[in-house]
Amino acid sequence: MARMKFLCDADRCIECNACVTACKNEHEVPWGINRRRVVTINDGKPGERSISMACMHCTDAPCAAVCPVNCFYTTADAVVLHSKDLCIGCGYCFYACPFGAPQYPKVGNFGSRGKMDKCTFCAGGPEADGSKEEYEKYGANRLAEGKLPLCAEMCSTKSLLAGDGEIIAQIYKERVTRRGYGSGAWGWKTAYRESIES
Amino acid sequence: MVSLFRLMRLAVGGLAFLLLVSMLPAPANAQQVNPTASAVKEQQLLQELNRIQGRISIPDQRAGVLEQPAGRDWREFRNVTLRWIGGIAIVGMIAAIVIFYLTRGMVRIESGRSGRTIVRFNAYERFVHWMTATCFVILALSGLNITFGRSLLLPLIGFEAFSHWSQLAKFAHIYLSFPFTLGVVLIFLMWIAGNIPNKVDVEWVKRGGGLFNNDHPPAYRFNAGQKMIYWIVVIGGGLVAATGYLLMFPFYLSGIEGMQLAQIVHSIVAVLFVAAMLGHIYIGSIGMEGAFEAMGTGTVDVNWSKQHHALWFQQQNAPTDSAEPKSAAQPAE
Repeated sequence: MARMKFLCDADRCIECNACVTACKNEHEVPWGINRRRVVTINDGKPGERSISMACMHCTDAPCAAVCPVNCFYTTADAVVLHSKDLCIGCGYCFYACPFGAPQYPKVGNFGSRGKMDKCTFCAGGPEADGSKEEYEKYGANRLAEGKLPLCAEMCSTKSLLAGDGEIIAQIYKERVTRRGYGSGAWGWKTAYRESIES
Repeated sequence: MVSLFRLMRLAVGGLAFLLLVSMLPAPANAQQVNPTASAVKEQQLLQELNRIQGRISIPDQRAGVLEQPAGRDWREFRNVTLRWIGGIAIVGMIAAIVIFYLTRGMVRIESGRSGRTIVRFNAYERFVHWMTATCFVILALSGLNITFGRSLLLPLIGFEAFSHWSQLAKFAHIYLSFPFTLGVVLIFLMWIAGNIPNKVDVEWVKRGGGLFNNDHPPAYRFNAGQKMIYWIVVIGGGLVAATGYLLMFPFYLSGIEGMQLAQIVHSIVAVLFVAAMLGHIYIGSIGMEGAFEAMGTGTVDVNWSKQHHALWFQQQNAPTDSAEPKSAAQPAE
């Protein structure tokens, strides 16, 4: 089985936000929730870079470690998923997540959070693959159909790569070698405890 | 002749142009452009601030924080440090109580019950006490569930049942925080007068509160031990309430690092609070004969008052200056 990863080539990202839009549309993500976002560092200054970020599906995921009800699980493809039936919306995964991935719909009184929602690597949830229940709770399950996450598929500059970690790392390395520069695989050290030399 | 000259001039000009053109790209090739030379670097940004923040074009501006590995420290606290602190404080307190009960037993009213009673807490005081106490017990159990439930309760009852119970516990924790906070404020106001530390407390503490021998150091309405409980409730309750509301209203007052800190303070104070209250519950129930009725019926036996709160008992009788305590005028129970 492959170890699925995301890699955003910051030297290619043009902050078009197509990945954000594609994700929202594909999964019919509710209003106010963004599973993916594009952050621009040093905006308007020399050396500005934009990075598209969502759940990185960490190795030894912090969200899973701190969850009081143990609602997270890791698939054979190393995708970190969770069960909305078990989630109690306590917000602990959000305190622990280095990437701000967990999102909560505002459903209750005060600041009480609804069931947590996050990027599924287009792999749905614990329900049967491609079922109606799965789609309503987690969105499309493209992985089960043999497709890769839509955000990366849609990326106009092929900045965002999603797939087998070894393969996307190889693609990135080749790019860096050919063009002679690269600002690194953002988030990889935090998420996977490894980085790609550039 | 003229045409030849013209032709030569053209040839020289063309040659010169070719030379110029061929020379032009040369400096461009030698100068390799590296756009990342001035680009932001992830590791450098993390070293500077321990978080990476930028501009974002979606309405949720909080999402502008790209990366903050500080969550790792919080994870370590929640999964390891807190469990040790809470485990030692609570299991240690229970062990201490059991040992104390086995060696010392129930503290008896030495001269037996007199049969006459004196009012200790009026209905309003008892109502506030029990409102706060009920909320506290539920808040404590639902809170401990968040820290210890996954390893202690979940394996016993399974995922679905545990999640269902935790969901209910979370709602209880949120909603009961309001009457609890009100109770802490009312306790602070109604008992502040009797809980200012004074000289008598120094003597009481020196004599160990009479806990380890049959000594009964004199005390006014509240002895030093009770004053300690009072201040634990007021300060501890104030802290858990303040940090709890910070967590209940995410992002109103602080960002994620503020909430991590709030959770650390909230949970440490809470487990110590629970440990302290276990001691309070023990001494107010099976630990001491005649103590529970103070908060139960509101009256205590005269002999109990003389033994444990001699100075308070004198105060109660001073204005009437008679052998009969004040409460004797009230209907017998």
